[in-house]
Amino acid sequence: MTAGESYLIKQISVFSENRPGRLAAIAAALKEEEINILAFSIAEADGFGVVRALVDKPDKAYAKLSARGFNVAFTDVIAVQMRDEPGGLFEVATLLGTAGINIEYAYAYHSRDAAVLIIRVDRAADAAKVIKEMGGKLLSTITIQ
Amino acid sequence: MGPKRPRDQAPLPRDYDQGIIGMFWNEVIETLPPDALEALQLTRLKETVHRAMKVGFYKKAFREAGITQDSIKSLADVEKLPFTRKQDLRDGYPFGFFAVPLPEVNRIHTTSGTTGKPTVVGYTKNDLDSWADLIARNMTMVGVRKGDVFQNMVNYGMFTGGLGFHYGAEKMGCTVIPSATGNTKRQIEMIHDFGVNVIHCTPSYAMHLSEVAEETDFSMDSLKIGLFGAEPWSETMRRELERRLDVTAFDSYGLSELFGPGVAFECPERNGLHIWHDAYLTEIIDPASGERLGPGERGELVVTPLTKEAMPLIRYRTGDVTKLLEDRCACGRGTKIARITGRSDDMLVIRGINVFPSQIEHVILGLPEVGNQFMVYVDRVNHLDEMLIAVEMNRESFHGELTDLTRTQAKVAKSLRDALDLRTTVKLVEPGSLPRFEGKAKRVVDRRGVV
Repeated sequence: MTAGESYLIKQISVFSENRPGRLAAIAAALKEEEINILAFSIAEADGFGVVRALVDKPDKAYAKLSARGFNVAFTDVIAVQMRDEPGGLFEVATLLGTAGINIEYAYAYHSRDAAVLIIRVDRAADAAKVIKEMGGKLLSTITIQ
Repeated sequence: MGPKRPRDQAPLPRDYDQGIIGMFWNEVIETLPPDALEALQLTRLKETVHRAMKVGFYKKAFREAGITQDSIKSLADVEKLPFTRKQDLRDGYPFGFFAVPLPEVNRIHTTSGTTGKPTVVGYTKNDLDSWADLIARNMTMVGVRKGDVFQNMVNYGMFTGGLGFHYGAEKMGCTVIPSATGNTKRQIEMIHDFGVNVIHCTPSYAMHLSEVAEETDFSMDSLKIGLFGAEPWSETMRRELERRLDVTAFDSYGLSELFGPGVAFECPERNGLHIWHDAYLTEIIDPASGERLGPGERGELVVTPLTKEAMPLIRYRTGDVTKLLEDRCACGRGTKIARITGRSDDMLVIRGINVFPSQIEHVILGLPEVGNQFMVYVDRVNHLDEMLIAVEMNRESFHGELTDLTRTQAKVAKSLRDALDLRTTVKLVEPGSLPRFEGKAKRVVDRRGVV
């Protein structure tokens, strides 16, 4: 594992039709396996969407959701730690901009310990390496999963 | 024996027993020279008209058209006779079209009526024999032999497909498994445990069977021949079924009003279907004008059955669209019809454009990004027809990105637009979420109401 790769986090991406009860069905499957959701977002298009989640047990989540008939895929994302105070996002965004990293999509979560920006970028391992070199703080795979 | 197959002909379906070429159930009748065939047809047409005169509907229709016993002097005279439509048969419910007293009717079937009362069809003992004989011809033609193990996976109730094939296969000496429909895992288990090598079902059920088989531990290696019918299906579907089931697939055509399955069938050339001319006098007409069309012209198939006793029919409008193929077939049998491109009662008119569900199927099966199941919903929104096609995402084509989905949706819409010359709305749904059909697939839901 290279330095960059140890910061690649497996996001669960689930194809979901836009109809009542689908999110509940996904959540129920995760609950049954006692999988904790750290962060979560929904991307919506015409009549369907992709449910994205960062969970503590991604492999277990993948297996469970697939068994339930869901169309699931893993996506590599990176988690950048932010200062939990005004200007925290600005610092991180500036860093990414300076590093020339283009964000495909992003979402954030906040816990007692940290504020975290999750980003999906092109060539994630390379991006992680650059962020580290520029002094950014990344959550490692081990910390989260 | 029939004519030998020239060496330079297109290759036969793989694993095919070369010995089947020139195999006939009834070689004399299947290869009658044109003169002898026409003489037989004329004799039988006269008999049929005579029988029809016992039916109230025809008595009246013949009187109005000035038809008497002597009106038929040549085969061309059939054009003087009135058409029979499905609605006429419905109006005759239940026994209005029987030409024999009820005690001589040995069996009754009904057609799967989509609206209102079903259509009743009756058979004398001779009719049942004639029908089984036609099935035996078809099965022999495609290489089924005495001793083959045949699983008949269609409805055994009032639908003619079950008992029709059943008695034909028994007649030719197959080991028949009347498995009917339902419990697909059990069907697969029987294919495996009983060493089934020939199956009969709808093409959509065959597709379902192959999907379920992928989830079980039972191999279906024994299968050799698949007989698929009761709904129109595409060449793409044939390739897909042959790949998935490892069978050689043959198209079967029939309708209950003309006995049931077995009216026409593909031979190993698989380039059109042999319709049995000794039993069915065939015309192709322009469905709008009723005018007869020439060989090679596509139109509605009109059939006058020539041997039916219990329920003779005159110029029955099948609603099926096909054409007569001019080329002689290498197998030595008579003139073929092209594969049915749709039934006119299946045909949708969307904003003035004719659409056959088989066209949509052809597009869907050609796109690896989506699954094989689909549904068509037709609505009228602000006086405009709107067609929505729901199709399943292929599991392997989703890599976690929204663009995987939007791109696929756009591609399906574009492919449909190219094929149908019509804008449609495509709804991408989750794998496994659309209904699977075990009998005749009901993929079209027309919600426009009666216009």
